[in-house]
Amino acid sequence: MIVFTKPACYNRPLGVPMRTPLAIKGIGDRLVISLPQGEWTTILPDLMHAIDERGDFFKGAKVALQVDDRELGPAQLVALRQALAQREITLWALLATDESTCAAASKLGIDIDVGSPSHQTEEDDYVFDSDLPGDEAILVERTLRSGQRLRHPGHVIVFGDVNPGSEIVAGGHILIWGRLRGTVHAGAAGDESATVCALDMMPTQLRIASHIAVSPKRRGRPHPEVAFVRDGQLIAETWENSERS
Amino acid sequence: MTAKVVTITSGKGGVGKTTATANIGVALASLGHPAVCIDADIGLRNLDVIMGLENRIVYDLVDVVEGRCKLRQSMIKDKRVPDLYLIPAAQARDKTSVSPQDMIRLCDELRSHCEWILIDSPAGIERGFRNAIAPADLVLIITNPEVSAVRDADRIIGLIEAEGKGPGQLIINRLKPEMVKKGDMLGEEDILDVLAIELIGLVPEDDAVITASNQGNPVALNASSSAGNAFRDIARRLNGEEVPFEPLYDQQGFLKRISRLVRSGGDR
Repeated sequence: MIVFTKPACYNRPLGVPMRTPLAIKGIGDRLVISLPQGEWTTILPDLMHAIDERGDFFKGAKVALQVDDRELGPAQLVALRQALAQREITLWALLATDESTCAAASKLGIDIDVGSPSHQTEEDDYVFDSDLPGDEAILVERTLRSGQRLRHPGHVIVFGDVNPGSEIVAGGHILIWGRLRGTVHAGAAGDESATVCALDMMPTQLRIASHIAVSPKRRGRPHPEVAFVRDGQLIAETWENSERS
Repeated sequence: MTAKVVTITSGKGGVGKTTATANIGVALASLGHPAVCIDADIGLRNLDVIMGLENRIVYDLVDVVEGRCKLRQSMIKDKRVPDLYLIPAAQARDKTSVSPQDMIRLCDELRSHCEWILIDSPAGIERGFRNAIAPADLVLIITNPEVSAVRDADRIIGLIEAEGKGPGQLIINRLKPEMVKKGDMLGEEDILDVLAIELIGLVPEDDAVITASNQGNPVALNASSSAGNAFRDIARRLNGEEVPFEPLYDQQGFLKRISRLVRSGGDR
């Protein structure tokens, strides 16, 4: 088992949790954010803060907010939509159970029906109960070369090499069937259960959720490895010895 | 005759694009295959100096594109090798004087005059590079055994693939066998591991190249130069000949490694 060494210096403080917990799930190319419990007046700034913390992960995204039974008036919804628009995020729908909130949303032209996950059916359970953000994976069947960037809210599978100078940012897992030499960020929206797997793991930098590590010097031959977060630490294990099932 | 257009590019500057263009051109022409070298580095022309034709320039690439002269008038005949021509770049203009369409048109017109058109690309990935690769049938990526040069070559390969110009073929220039043997320099295997494209040339470091360039006498004319040999081999490989890679190291198992290289080239 290799414990990744954290870089001595990085432009963000390490060891401090950077991300506010936010439950994000994906349907196709769209995202659903479930808001935590609490007062709306504190939740809205918290949400914006959480979005800002994630850099441009959300930029250009279509987002639905799960507000459950909160009562929200038109003024609050307009403020919400404007705050999101400033960050180049489209408020695509509101998942609300409160009737007055639903009425206010429809008046403003905000969708309240996204296959109705607020009134869940069995099929929706399947979509939304995944414990990882983004249920869809993309398969990239080529080598990612220097300067090429790949962003995806779900999982990313690369059938080829990931060369130095390239970058992958994924909401979920990252699987590399080849050599990993570039920078990868799994669980970019804050999911600590995301993993990075590679046949030959020597990334320039490896990130899972808010954890950052650089590869230690390789000893011996390359072997398939899986990197994950355990007890707040980024760990890489060889596939054969992995304790994860 | 329908010429094949080959662009020589690298991303990083100073790795030997111009030297390679001049030498491959000389080697092709001396093998009896008429070649035209085009200097696409408008504003920073060098190819004429390395080919020793600087004092014969009357018209240049921009003059042809802007219609101030006929194509034939801008082609400078080499003084040593028959069937070798140079179209020099303009020195007083910049890359925007020529468009990728201009380059395609120019090369199409040239195709009937020769067998090979070699384009010397400027460094970088901007307009000049786009101009140089637009007409290419084949792109040769040249790199040095340095991490930064390999990184840039990788970026270039990505851009070429995005343009639909295929993965191209690789020339590794200025390899120092002694340093590679000691493990102080990237070897060709390390480079091919990252770039995963077909190798077409392995050029060793050779002091004769510098002397030759300064004298305007391409090293490919020098039969005793190891770099000159390597460039002649590239010319033969371009013509479809199977030329084994010259052993650069005197160590056991080299042939085995080379045969592995030949097989592994461009399989991904």
